[in-house]
Amino acid sequence: MDYFLHILILCFIYFIAVYAVDLLAGRSGLLSIANAAFYGIGAYTSALLAVHWGWPFLLTAPASMIVAAMASLMVSLPSLRLKGDYFVIATFAFQMILFSIFNNWMDLTRGPLGVPGIPQPNIFGWKVSSNLEFSILAGGFAVFAYTVVGLIVTSPFGRVLHAIREDEVFATGCGKSTLRYKVIAFAISSALAAMAGALYAHYITYIDPTSFTVMESILVLSMVIIGGAGSMWGPLVGAVVLVTLPEALRFVGLPAAAAANLRQIIYGALLVVMMMARPQGLVGRYAIGR
Amino acid sequence: MASTKLSRHGYDGRMSVLRCENLSKSFDGTAALDGLTLALPTSGIFAIIGPNGAGKTTLLNVVTGFLRPDEGKVFLRDVELTRLPPHRIVRAGIARTFQDLRLIGLISVLENVMLARQNQKGERLWRALARVGVRTEEQANRQRAMELLGFVGLAGDAERPAGALSYGQQKLLTLACCLATEAGILLLDEPVAGVHPEMAEKILGLLAELRNDGKLIVFIEHDIPAVKQVAERVIVMDHGKFIADGVPDDVLERPEILEAYIG
Repeated sequence: MDYFLHILILCFIYFIAVYAVDLLAGRSGLLSIANAAFYGIGAYTSALLAVHWGWPFLLTAPASMIVAAMASLMVSLPSLRLKGDYFVIATFAFQMILFSIFNNWMDLTRGPLGVPGIPQPNIFGWKVSSNLEFSILAGGFAVFAYTVVGLIVTSPFGRVLHAIREDEVFATGCGKSTLRYKVIAFAISSALAAMAGALYAHYITYIDPTSFTVMESILVLSMVIIGGAGSMWGPLVGAVVLVTLPEALRFVGLPAAAAANLRQIIYGALLVVMMMARPQGLVGRYAIGR
Repeated sequence: MASTKLSRHGYDGRMSVLRCENLSKSFDGTAALDGLTLALPTSGIFAIIGPNGAGKTTLLNVVTGFLRPDEGKVFLRDVELTRLPPHRIVRAGIARTFQDLRLIGLISVLENVMLARQNQKGERLWRALARVGVRTEEQANRQRAMELLGFVGLAGDAERPAGALSYGQQKLLTLACCLATEAGILLLDEPVAGVHPEMAEKILGLLAELRNDGKLIVFIEHDIPAVKQVAERVIVMDHGKFIADGVPDDVLERPEILEAYIG
């Protein structure tokens, strides 16, 4: 039972991360591969505030979201004027810089040694220690992310994001400051990714830079592509498929090393098949990048 | 070309609302606009014609902020627009259409028009999240958008995806989007190019109605009969300069214009 709850918790954490990416890539047409950087900012901010200053989770999580949103301005303000591939490369650069910081700023992050002993959340005396309790907490945060994204995309604000995604020149011609909307969308996306990171840190209770590499960004982006961009169900489906897939491979009985390689092969094959056969994903509305 | 008195009056003595002073713009050393000066009154229909590459669309792009001029200034009444970004110029009261049709094909016709409404509360993040006053405003915007769609004859297509409309209907929709901004000045890039003659007639009729409602309409067009039908003044461009300017029946009968640009 504990094992299934563990899978459920991971799914909830990835739901949030995938909604964050979908808001940007699926809804606004901004393909970023820096989401693991913001996921990492959230995890480290929350972990360090809890470990060094004893802040409770209900403060560290919002603080991590604010820090990530502020950090997003560093990449969004200069790079959102870039178009298409150039923007992707700029976000890739940010991802690499952040990873280097996580890995090398020994005084703050302890580099490859990571941050151990991150306390489990304690919410008004409710010590979230069991997997069942944590699944309830993570589920609550996932519902929060779902609600925030849902409110945004069904509002006039979301209509502008949609217009930017489809035709930024038209949106500008309609009197919309597209840069402003993109900066805000990037900040919200970063904050949501940070929220997922904070949950992850307090769930695993240990973080190190290997959890926040560009591969993590690509994994989350793959979830959006496979589930489908621009829909409320796509991120859920994508996260469930890619979280449960490696777990399912465990039951095939392959040696661990072979299973790891097979997982990568299946990811790659799945992405190629999806791009060719159903570029809008399993339940999505749009093909990313088109 | 005819003389242009700047400051607050157009060449015909009417109060000018849109003024361009000495506009120049070059691309890789080639002058697309070469010291253009223009003053247009508060209402009327004005056509800009000229061969491909004359600088007509560049002029529209500079006036609407999509391009920055190398030199010169653009004024709306007495407010300088030259360095403003395009969205601020729309808010100031100048809307435009594009030569290549630009719409959001996946959303409904109605939503395209609603998108173009200005200063929407629901476009602010906290309002979008809190939904304070958004529903009421959306209803008002929907109502206004339906009025505009009724004006252009697309009310019956309001819920269809914009991408499903015919080319001519999409031209009408871009006009409705311009009107949804409530701008007083409409700059239209080839509004009847490539559409069925009946649809072209309809669009020209709408432009005449808008002129009668007090709008200033400037349109680029290659369709000379269309220009003659609705424009009160035609400006001919070539190599980034105005080479003729006046009433269509006069300008379009000049042998050098006929020879060079109409054939």
